Amino acid sequence: MDKFTTIHSSAVPMPIEDVDTDQIIPARFLKATTRDGFGDNLFRDWRFHQDDSPKSGFVLNNPIYSGQILVAGKNFGCGSSREHAAWAIHDYGFKVVVSSFFADIFKGNALNNGILPVVVNEEFLNEIFQAIEANPNTAFNVDLEKQTFTILETGKSVSFEIDPYKKMCLINGYDDIDYLISIKDQISAFEQQQLAF
Amino acid sequence: MGKTLFDKIWDAHVVTAVDGGMEVLYIDRHFIHEVTSPQAFSGLKKRGIGVSRIDKTIATADHNVPTKNQHLPIQEELSRYQVQKLVENCEEFGVELYGLGHPYQGIVHVIGPELGITKPGMTIVCGDSHTSTHGAFGCIAFGIGTSQVEQVLATQCLLQKKPKKMRINIEGELQAGVLSKDIILYIISKLSASGGTGYFVEYAGSAIRSLSMEARMTICNMSIEMGARGGMIAPDEKTFEYVKGKEYAPKGKDFDKAVAHWKTLFSDDDAVFDQEFTFPAEDIEPMLTYGTNPGMGIKISQTIPSESGKSFQKSLNYMGFESGESMLGKPINYVFIGSCTNSRIEDLRIVADYVKGKKKADHVNVMVVPGSKQVEKQAIKEGLDKIFAAAGFDFREPGCSACLGMNEDKVPKGEYCVSTSNRNFEGRQGPGARTILASPLMAAATAIEGKIIDFRSQISQN
Ligand code: SF4
Repeated sequence: MDKFTTIHSSAVPMPIEDVDTDQIIPARFLKATTRDGFGDNLFRDWRFHQDDSPKSGFVLNNPIYSGQILVAGKNFGCGSSREHAAWAIHDYGFKVVVSSFFADIFKGNALNNGILPVVVNEEFLNEIFQAIEANPNTAFNVDLEKQTFTILETGKSVSFEIDPYKKMCLINGYDDIDYLISIKDQISAFEQQQLAF
Repeated sequence: MGKTLFDKIWDAHVVTAVDGGMEVLYIDRHFIHEVTSPQAFSGLKKRGIGVSRIDKTIATADHNVPTKNQHLPIQEELSRYQVQKLVENCEEFGVELYGLGHPYQGIVHVIGPELGITKPGMTIVCGDSHTSTHGAFGCIAFGIGTSQVEQVLATQCLLQKKPKKMRINIEGELQAGVLSKDIILYIISKLSASGGTGYFVEYAGSAIRSLSMEARMTICNMSIEMGARGGMIAPDEKTFEYVKGKEYAPKGKDFDKAVAHWKTLFSDDDAVFDQEFTFPAEDIEPMLTYGTNPGMGIKISQTIPSESGKSFQKSLNYMGFESGESMLGKPINYVFIGSCTNSRIEDLRIVADYVKGKKKADHVNVMVVPGSKQVEKQAIKEGLDKIFAAAGFDFREPGCSACLGMNEDKVPKGEYCVSTSNRNFEGRQGPGARTILASPLMAAATAIEGKIIDFRSQISQN
């Protein structure tokens, strides 16, 4: 996993609520057996017509918006457990997703793939959308160490929460398996006293 | 202070706690399937490690399999390769596979319970969000991502933060024509598609207790549709009776010992929940969804509500509906009966019972997809296949099918499909497809009439 420290970038706005994993990556693109290449089909049916030509109204097809940060409406990532959704977002080039609310499984999947989900309140989310609307080049700073998200133009900054263990993993590029393998003896000891099913 | 059912099972599975509040949870059963496992196996290979407990790992092929001619090689190349990859990985790592052609093959959440693999008090995970289904037996069961599939394969453990607890009580008697699918659609319509996020739900109350195991599975199945990680129901005599005699159920004295333990699995009277809701069973009617998330549901007697906001309007535009409209009388060209929500033998019996001696409307395409080979076999044994054939329904072979539109079972662009599955997201059943979630009874009635009707007048005559 990549190491995550700070991100300094403009952002792509998607003020839609309940963006589900079937929109992020439709099921028909889940046939791959590797983790690569999902970015091409990120938001496939919102992004492309059925003949594969781009839909001009969709934000990812609008050249004025770019950056490593995706800002979305509440309940982002609801629906399926497919980690392909996180892979697609990562593969496309996003490192941070900002919303007022994330679905649980998506949030876990994002963290396991070096993507930082940043939860801000509704009010601040709207401020971010407004800032991008006023100036698509608005830059933001995400500092994982300090746990702050800042709109650079106005200097307005909020702090966000993250589990300390997950923060340590992101900063060092560790994953959970490294840790679990390191306590294998403890797991075996636990297994011994388990009820037999 | 007493413990909740959830606490009792969770606490018994914590190996150790990690700084900051995460815990290492021991997993009793791990189901895997072809779509979310290949990258996890690649991860194991890269690390040079094997599967920690093959005796606790079970594989099947369900998401990406055809539902016709399963005895022939899969036509579509990528699907064939993905299913083949599962076969190879299971062989290489020694995992038991109920793949295509196996008499136990089927949708992962259907086969676990019917084989007696799913038992009260267990922790169960699978790389599929509807793993919550198994909670009907009084288990902690939830969906995980592929990185976590790899964790469990490697160590039989998961790092988790303990969720908050919610209890939802349904008290009283259900009206005629109301099935468990209506109960859960009703609950989600009240709590919204995100109302359960951060929680694990226990369903309780007299109406829940009155349900069969299969009906309970339908409820727990859709817990994820309100954002909850899982749902559970305390085990009781019905649960023990269901498990008894199943292939992997404990036998003889072991069974009695197991039951003695299972009887301790309930929420204590003084247990405290972070949130609790109670709804009267009498208030529930046959339900329908009108929008593009499962929280957008109404009773059959209601009209489509109006809400401000871009997302709501976007959703109605996609569905081609308007605020204030009734769904009654809407012509429907597609009906799908299947998925891990409603593809068990009881669901097929309900449908067959309704359609017996009737014929579908000419313009409707009706697919009935059993949840497993065993369900298919039982349906044939009971002659349900003949009832379906006589009604003009297409009775197919087991798989996820049009629930997620990964194989060729898709609904065409712009068409409405009344579906017994669990998700009405945009494009879920195929690009541009418009899904209306409903119970098997509503689906059967729609197939016969060719439009949405209030079938309750018909069943009360019977
Ligand atoms: S039937 Fe649908 S919801 Fe159930 S496991 Fe298959 S794809 Fe998932």
